[in-house]
Amino acid sequence: MRLDTPKYKTSDEVDFVIVGSGAAGGIMAKELSTNGFRVVVLEQGPYLTEADFVHDEIKVLGEDLLTNKPKLQPNSFRKTPNERAKPQRALVYGRCVGGTSVHFTANFWRFHEIDFVERSKVGPVPGADLRDWPLTYADLEPYYTKVEWEIGVSGLAGASPFDPPRSKPYPMPPLPVKGSGVIFERAARKLGWHPFPAPMAILSQPRAGRSACVNCGFCLAFGCEVGAKSSSLAAAIPVAEKTGRCEIRPNSYVHRIETDSNGRVTGALYFDEKRNTHLQKAKAVIVCANGAETPRLLLLSANKQFPNGLANSSGVVGKYLMLNSGGVATGVFEDQLNDYKGFAVSRILHDFYELDHEKVGFHGGGGLDARFDATPVNFALNGLPPNTPRWGKGFKDAMANNFTRTMEVFGHGTSLPVEANSFSLDPDLKDAWGLPALCLTYKDHPDDIKLSNWLSQRSLELLDAAGAKQKWAPPVSEQQFAFHLLGTCRMGNDAKTSVINSDHRTHDIKNLFLCDGSSLVTSGRGQPTMTIEALSFRAADRITALAKRSEIT
Amino acid sequence: MNESLSRRNFLSRGSAAVSAVWLSAHWPSIVAAAEHAHQAAKSAAPAKFQFFSPEQAAEIDAITARVIPSDETPGAREAGVVYFIDRALTTFAVDDQQSYRDGLASLQARVHELFPDVEKFSAATPEQQDQILHSFDDQAGAGRRNFRANAKAKPFFETVRVQTIMGFLIDPDAGRGGNRDGIGWKLIGRDRDHMFQPPFGHYDKDYAGWQPNPPDAEKTKA
Repeated sequence: MRLDTPKYKTSDEVDFVIVGSGAAGGIMAKELSTNGFRVVVLEQGPYLTEADFVHDEIKVLGEDLLTNKPKLQPNSFRKTPNERAKPQRALVYGRCVGGTSVHFTANFWRFHEIDFVERSKVGPVPGADLRDWPLTYADLEPYYTKVEWEIGVSGLAGASPFDPPRSKPYPMPPLPVKGSGVIFERAARKLGWHPFPAPMAILSQPRAGRSACVNCGFCLAFGCEVGAKSSSLAAAIPVAEKTGRCEIRPNSYVHRIETDSNGRVTGALYFDEKRNTHLQKAKAVIVCANGAETPRLLLLSANKQFPNGLANSSGVVGKYLMLNSGGVATGVFEDQLNDYKGFAVSRILHDFYELDHEKVGFHGGGGLDARFDATPVNFALNGLPPNTPRWGKGFKDAMANNFTRTMEVFGHGTSLPVEANSFSLDPDLKDAWGLPALCLTYKDHPDDIKLSNWLSQRSLELLDAAGAKQKWAPPVSEQQFAFHLLGTCRMGNDAKTSVINSDHRTHDIKNLFLCDGSSLVTSGRGQPTMTIEALSFRAADRITALAKRSEIT
Repeated sequence: MNESLSRRNFLSRGSAAVSAVWLSAHWPSIVAAAEHAHQAAKSAAPAKFQFFSPEQAAEIDAITARVIPSDETPGAREAGVVYFIDRALTTFAVDDQQSYRDGLASLQARVHELFPDVEKFSAATPEQQDQILHSFDDQAGAGRRNFRANAKAKPFFETVRVQTIMGFLIDPDAGRGGNRDGIGWKLIGRDRDHMFQPPFGHYDKDYAGWQPNPPDAEKTKA
């Protein structure tokens, strides 16, 4: 149920406008409003609640109930910058209050020490511009702990020999093990690997007025009808609203950030539901719109003073996009797992987090998870073994047998930062509001392709050790579709090669901050949301300190 | 849900992970949501077709019955898939209307071409029907995570095939007129409950509990 929250006038210069209410924006709103600031969150999507989170695959998957709308928001794609992009759906992200955190898998892996210092440790990688972060794992550790305790993560501390140090155990035990998890654990141990209970942003026990997971089975891609999934909607936004200082304004599509003659931002221009335009005035703007929409908004806001877009003196806004690599293998077993019950993942392993590039012949690393995440229609359309008849008795028998006997081993890995990989404004294609559409330019670094193949082989090896009756892995191909949106406004000390500093302040504009997947300098091993949220907690601390010292305006 | 919703019934199926306190606090809204879905599903089967003529409906019904045939277990016909498709064509799949109109005409032509003595598709033998459909079959499979309604310009039989599968396996409480009485979910072994508790299946039922990795586990790098 929504609380009565303040309604600010657009002419009322609030302390902060936050653009986007997802993983980063929700936490930013919670922290800044708790710290006493007056905050307006402008969210382009609707304010849905638990009652809207149905199990109807057509509504949720087919009609994009929770995600960006391809009919209103078309995209284009090309492999390299010298090609002309073709209109095609190129990305998916959460478009509702809570953003992508409403429908994510909830795999909540911390980054390890290596992710922050990889450039110094492995040296330059040809064809990529790998860099160290301007902060370390130790700087972020307290904020990872904050995410686990304040947002709600289930897990078992010390279970993986590869885990980085932590200051506190998890606040809750792991979720129950699924059949896929038991199979994975046994097979991995047979191979000498070190499986462990997956850290998941899903409650294993009731907490903070929210229910524990009831294992309904519509989890990945769906919203949680009991509030057990630790989305910003369930875990952060209610806290922000309760302060009485935070207004969440849904159906508000920010398309321009205004600046004054001093080169400071003055507020955010947005369309309301009826496509009327408003300017919400603010002392500072924090863009948490995701790794695609954040750079797009900066580029859309170009003006005389900032002809290449806001905060883009470096020219790197939108560039160095990383989507994460990966490979998946599917297995069918003799007996019933009934893995459709429950959340997606219960066991993972990190033995391959830091691969020796001398030995494997490529740079990167990753992890494996055991999962089943296909809902019934999606399973019957996409989850059966290759060469299964597509209709008729053979098809019917296969879906009847396999739905309860199938699991996947999913490898998640690094992507290298390549300058040409980017989100930019399409020169021709427009959205339903007449604004330039997002163009995805992407060609995986050759090492990312090698890593994906390598992870896919390990996944098959595990299914083989597990005694799967049947197993297969689709061939790895170059990505043309984006789920993870990372690195497009990256953080750094050098204003020539990065967009924000380690306080998340843009190098160019004193009262403009960015925090979301776009801030990441490296891609991690395929599970970025935990780090996006830790960064948001940390950024809120830094921004609060700056504001209290009057160093923002 | 088929059975009537009583508080006791729901609680007895509840997850051990859910506290009684939480259930009491949230009970009214859960029942309301489940009842609403149940009513919507019940009222979903249309008394008559909205888009198809009865003759067209018989043809489509016959196609769905080859996609998911009825044998020892019920198929698309028993799940009322033709009603789901009829409703789809006036709701989420309104863009496919022309594809169905054109497709029904070319189906008729194909029947006459292959079997001059057969009046219409639904009058053909199952073997003849399969032969007709194979002549339409498009082998280009959809990729993983490629599930989107309204994919435009799909060939007719591919559209019917995908919508038959949707109509057979969609949440029976979605109020779309498909998966009647949860027949599709029963076939694939998906229980209709809203909550489950472990153990879920064969492999986790005898799980001895988490055993730590060996304490001397080296950080072996592959």
